[in-house]
Amino acid sequence: MADEKQTPTTPNLDELERGPWPSFVREIKKAAEKSPMSRGLLGVLERSYTDKIGHWKHGGIVGVRGYGGGVIGRYSDLPEEFPEVAHFHTIRVNQPAGWFYTSDALRSICDLWERRGSGLTNLHGSTGDIILLGTRTEELEPTFSELTQAGFDLGGSGSDIRTPSCCVGPARCEWACYDTLNLTYDLTMHYQDEIHRPAFPYKFKIKAAGCPNDCVASIARADLSIIGTWRGPIQVDQAAVKAYTKNGIDIQADVVDRCPSKCMAWDGKALTIANEWCVKCMHCINVMTKALRPGPERGAAILVGAKAPIVQGAMLSSVLVPFMKLEPPYTALKDLVGKMLELWAEEGKSRERIGEFIQRVGLGNFLEAIGMEPRPEMVAHPRENPYVFYEEYLEEEPAEAKA
Amino acid sequence: MAEAVTVEAVAEAMYQMVKDAAGVKKLKPTDLTKAMVEHFGSERCSKDLCKEALRRLMDSGRCVYTYYGGSFVELPPQEGAAA
Repeated sequence: MADEKQTPTTPNLDELERGPWPSFVREIKKAAEKSPMSRGLLGVLERSYTDKIGHWKHGGIVGVRGYGGGVIGRYSDLPEEFPEVAHFHTIRVNQPAGWFYTSDALRSICDLWERRGSGLTNLHGSTGDIILLGTRTEELEPTFSELTQAGFDLGGSGSDIRTPSCCVGPARCEWACYDTLNLTYDLTMHYQDEIHRPAFPYKFKIKAAGCPNDCVASIARADLSIIGTWRGPIQVDQAAVKAYTKNGIDIQADVVDRCPSKCMAWDGKALTIANEWCVKCMHCINVMTKALRPGPERGAAILVGAKAPIVQGAMLSSVLVPFMKLEPPYTALKDLVGKMLELWAEEGKSRERIGEFIQRVGLGNFLEAIGMEPRPEMVAHPRENPYVFYEEYLEEEPAEAKA
Repeated sequence: MAEAVTVEAVAEAMYQMVKDAAGVKKLKPTDLTKAMVEHFGSERCSKDLCKEALRRLMDSGRCVYTYYGGSFVELPPQEGAAA
């Protein structure tokens, strides 16, 4: 059993403090100076490294009264040895869009968590939420009560819509093609019931990126990736392009030759772009931020189906709507998401993400069920299976013709 | 048109289903919704009605959400019972 005041010896964990980079062990040790729960955590972690096995049980409790998400239940399987961490539940707190806080708000969360939990936080988890690590069951309701008084709410977990998250968008980035912050806040409020009450076959993540740089990696992580894009030509300031050459940028080597669709040309005087071939990779704009800008008509591409490997392998999102104007109240987007969720909730198998569901039923059937017409942009690559027949070829000849 | 069933009646039917399945099968919210629509008929019982009934069960504490690789609706579990 860990001593109530003394930090346990941790030769294995100490190895993780070496090197110049940040160390979670160092941070837990700092917290352990005043938190018995953190001391217990060090003990059970050291034990896990020695035994080469995790000593946590996961699941069971998932929320506070009325909620089905926001709490990840965790129990130690060595409660007698480490009673401080017999319960070590995680709380997910819905982050503000773009992760903007006042220092007062952060202080209120840290103060609360030092009283109600281990004091350990993770800002931010891969879901985007504020993660409060480690508390006991009896502290969940009081913590929730204090959080709501401070203006916060729990985020999503389990088979629900997870807390929508976004990049900083127009708040700090000139490439944002729509207001990611406003959209994320709007969707969060619109889907309150679905965030707090799991009603789907599995999790559903929404991430909003303001431009194709996709700083929130939505294309790799979100079931619904909303990625800013534009229509029309990239805006070019030729004088600024020339200024870049004077400042040491090799336009041919650093920009033109690196264009994935080879849609650019540079004759030493002017940069020309065949915009119809542009795949909006953002490379040229990122290199020459003063000379190039996204086109004037801006909106977002809606993609669906990304996921990390859990039940099946990893998948990237693929295009569902190549371009959609995104302005409040976002009716077209909500209608589309509503149809997808209804179909998936009805027909999806347990623990089947929507991307896997689309693969199982086929994109054609999925589109038909949600009332969308197929478009060339939805085709990821040419078909690989030649044994595909279309309905018109399968029509039987009339009986009299056979006779 | 058939008269809609009340939220209370759907909530009670859901509760009985969860109670009967306790220890035998874990039920997802969609299992309950589908069962209610089938039991009462789609003309009398909508998905929104089922959602409201489920919410009442949760808010009252008669049922709770649990997580075992997916989300389920169960009677309040015993503390520390996670597998």
